[in-house]
Amino acid sequence: MNILEAVLITIVTASTPLLIAAMGELVVERSGVLNLGVEGMMVMGSVSGFAAAYMTGSPWLGALAAIIVGAVFSLLFAFLTLTLVTNQVATGLALTLLGLGLSGMLGEPFVGHPGVRMDNIHIPGLSDLPLVGGLLFGEDPLFYISILLVIAVSWFLFKTRAGLTLRSVGDNHGSAHALGIPVIGIRYLAVMFGGACAGLAGAQLSLVYTPQWVENMTAGRGWIALALVVFASWRPWRVFAGAYLFGALTIAQLHVQAIDLNSLGFLPGPFYWLLAALKSVPTQFLSSLPYLATIVVLVLISRNRRLTMVNTPASLGRAFVPDR
Amino acid sequence: MMRIELIKRPQHSALFSALSPIIALVLTLVFGAILFALLGRNPVTAMYIYFVSPLTQVWQIHELAVKAAPLILIAVGLAVCYRSNNWNIGAEGQLTMGAIAGSILPVLVPEYQGVFLLPLMLIMGMAGGALYAAIPALLKVRFNTNEILSSLMLVYVAQLFLDWVVRGPWRDPQGYNFPQTIQFSDAAILPELFPASGRASWAFVFAIVAALIVWFLMAKTLKGFEVKVIGQSPRAGRFAGFSTGRMVLFAFMVSGALAGLAGISEVSATINQLQPVISPGYGFTAIIVAFLGRLNPIGIIAAGLVLALSYLGGEAAQAAIGISDKTARVFQGMLLFFVLASDTLIYYRIRLITSRRAAGEAALEHS
Repeated sequence: MNILEAVLITIVTASTPLLIAAMGELVVERSGVLNLGVEGMMVMGSVSGFAAAYMTGSPWLGALAAIIVGAVFSLLFAFLTLTLVTNQVATGLALTLLGLGLSGMLGEPFVGHPGVRMDNIHIPGLSDLPLVGGLLFGEDPLFYISILLVIAVSWFLFKTRAGLTLRSVGDNHGSAHALGIPVIGIRYLAVMFGGACAGLAGAQLSLVYTPQWVENMTAGRGWIALALVVFASWRPWRVFAGAYLFGALTIAQLHVQAIDLNSLGFLPGPFYWLLAALKSVPTQFLSSLPYLATIVVLVLISRNRRLTMVNTPASLGRAFVPDR
Repeated sequence: MMRIELIKRPQHSALFSALSPIIALVLTLVFGAILFALLGRNPVTAMYIYFVSPLTQVWQIHELAVKAAPLILIAVGLAVCYRSNNWNIGAEGQLTMGAIAGSILPVLVPEYQGVFLLPLMLIMGMAGGALYAAIPALLKVRFNTNEILSSLMLVYVAQLFLDWVVRGPWRDPQGYNFPQTIQFSDAAILPELFPASGRASWAFVFAIVAALIVWFLMAKTLKGFEVKVIGQSPRAGRFAGFSTGRMVLFAFMVSGALAGLAGISEVSATINQLQPVISPGYGFTAIIVAFLGRLNPIGIIAAGLVLALSYLGGEAAQAAIGISDKTARVFQGMLLFFVLASDTLIYYRIRLITSRRAAGEAALEHS
């Protein structure tokens, strides 16, 4: 395995949780609900995934537990915003704050214990192919699930009747209701799907990315996933591109922090000097790059007001009380 | 099968406006007791240790004021933001930047110890917080950028910046390589109110004064009217000739300045130096304070004391009965949920419909 291949594999691992969480939120927002609780659901997934895998020894049961916990946890948000029509922004924040607190408390006994790693898939022959072998056929299972998720969500939203119904609920809940579509029921299902995805994304962190439990281990990834949905103008394949862009950036800054300049003397001058310049930047500045990049990307994408208006689900974040 | 149905009230209920925070508190206590029972503790003892024992001695009341001061300061500013429909959730970052800006003089010019030192520190802290809050505000006005995400991202950036400052350029050369600045001189420390009995400092007075000023601003001035109109209906605000853009900047900078003041007050009065972590999440807990106080500055004073108590209770419970102090954050999160849920009662009547009753209604309609 050469350096390039190793770097590419770490990029995939860093991008997968962003991709899974953002795909869930994309479906939620397409149904007209803005759930800012992604960070909270994700961290609940991390702790429950870790705990279940630790206690049973099976990372698969861990992932399953995280999916269930994420979906159940999101029901809190759904009940408040959909049944009691509370403010979605405030309730989403509440979900994040509760999730961070609850996961800290529940996870306390697990701090410092080595976790259970979900092993990479190995297909004899294919995984051993040079360069692309490990990259395409030797990844962790959640990578393949994340790709299937993009395909499935894309197909569901744009090729099925149910997907069309979900989008209509998000674009005009009044008309959808008048046509007899169960707006609230569909939104409940969408929110739970988002919760399940966020839970699984959280489990990826505690089972694949760094198999351990650390308080607040999501470190803002739930918020970056939210930004990715806006960045992707609510389109699944653009979320995919965005997630990999951010994954690459995260890994690039980590590698710059870790490189040993002395071993890179063979590089052509300009490259060497570029790396040397980056290396001289304090690590804290490099670590803040993903967050700054999120802001820059949001600015670029929302600058064009008309384009944003066209793409945003028209009922996004608006409360709906059926008039019977 | 039971269904919940909301029926809009003709006008909002004044009774439930007053009652909803209390309902929320009671529900939180009930669920808290259940939580303690699940953790295998006697709920009555645990609740006593959590919510009563931290208030039994005078120095403990001081501690309550120490914790409540930053919460009230920040929440009062957030109320202006939320009332005008600006979702600033980056107060933690504004607190951090305020603390750094306010520490410039005591760290870089420690030999200056004049009478203007403290006022300058406080002003610089407020300026630091306000300018940092102006970033998401300007991005929202100029580029239509979602302020929720940008203000939150800036929290991480501010915390990393603080980390760099205390490990890099501002590190105490005689500090045995610990990531911290030099200790502030006595002239740079915010005085305690009653040093004989406890630690409560002038920060608490700032908090009360800020709450009163913002209350006056919101209730009695045109600016306050503008905040409320733009918050409830931006369209109506435009017809009235109010500029939404300037309001975004105003709300963010007021709340940033107050968060910055909270930051430099905390550093000056309580920590006496900069270190990598200067706040146990005051900027986020203040969001809960703002909502529990129903976005009203006077209510926020009471709410700030309640949330401050939850911090103290967490510490007390950890010391006395070995419950993790992380339960405090669970309480805080639950509280916000219950506050939001109870607020529904202000605008709606809630009707529970069992399927039998629904069937009966259907039969009536068809007859």
